[in-house]
Amino acid sequence: MRVLAWGLVVAIVCAGGAKDVAQQPSLIGKEAPRFARRDLSGKRIDLAEMHGKVVLLNFWATWCAPCRVELPAFAQWQAGYEQAGLQVVAVSMDDERTPVDQAVLKLKLNFPVIMGDAKLGNHYGGVLGLPVTYLIGRDGKIAARFAGESDLKQMESTMRELLSRR
Amino acid sequence: MLEMPVQFKYSIRVFIFFIFLMAAGTRVQCKAQFSGPEAASSIPESDRVQPAALAKILGGHDADKPLILQVGSRVMFAQAHIAGSEYAGPGSQAAGLQLLEGRTAQTRKSKLIVIYCGCCPWMRCPNVAPAYKRLHELGFTNVKVLYIANNFGDDWVGKGFPVAQGE
Repeated sequence: MRVLAWGLVVAIVCAGGAKDVAQQPSLIGKEAPRFARRDLSGKRIDLAEMHGKVVLLNFWATWCAPCRVELPAFAQWQAGYEQAGLQVVAVSMDDERTPVDQAVLKLKLNFPVIMGDAKLGNHYGGVLGLPVTYLIGRDGKIAARFAGESDLKQMESTMRELLSRR
Repeated sequence: MLEMPVQFKYSIRVFIFFIFLMAAGTRVQCKAQFSGPEAASSIPESDRVQPAALAKILGGHDADKPLILQVGSRVMFAQAHIAGSEYAGPGSQAAGLQLLEGRTAQTRKSKLIVIYCGCCPWMRCPNVAPAYKRLHELGFTNVKVLYIANNFGDDWVGKGFPVAQGE
């Protein structure tokens, strides 16, 4: 029984790495700052045109390990919840585009990826740590902010709740 | 000792086996993603400087101020950086290390250099350890690394320490 107890302790310690959701009150409930950019494929991405959809806006970088853990989940969600009205948009905070192109191919990302800059980061309250994800409701208002190594189950649950609102 | 049916004992053994399998799997995954020789954890504690301590040095009247270099992303530097610091390229990339070499080429080897990033939590930062290592290889003897526990926003900007914006 002692072995069983140790096994449980080890499993709990290993599974407990994720941080809680960090919400930034200053942007929650406010209109998501608008932007229009070309994505990596050259397509124009305008946040205003996504009104009526739930938007998952993720700031990431190729060298950010926690970001690379999240992105495949976002690709799954894009495929699974697209019909329900989800649109994932990723903003790379990399300095150069080349590694971003490579990562998009490697991770098989199925949503638009745009190159970010200081202006866009500052519009969203300063992206001074990665990853940062915003969930924007169908009304165009920011519903939640997740920073750092987020609990993806909690994020998905919040997203599903937003998708259920018509 | 409590007597248990044989079938129950077998179930317990299988359960223990799976618990260990799960734990080992998670450990391996964590290691593959976030550790290695270039991890920030490899930087000795004696060469780490806390944000409050650095802010105190910056606010002092010492004529020989440290050279403060941001070794992370330029995009993040442009949003906010330590007042008086310079961008020196991401330490995790070859081009970044070249930029760092170029910036410190004329610097005295005994000069106090403080490097920082703050892109990610300390244990996940890919940039500070390679930059720290390279500066040592270049012969610098007084290199410190700003210990940013979570990220630059929380641990420097959010604490009200001096910040500048732009390139």
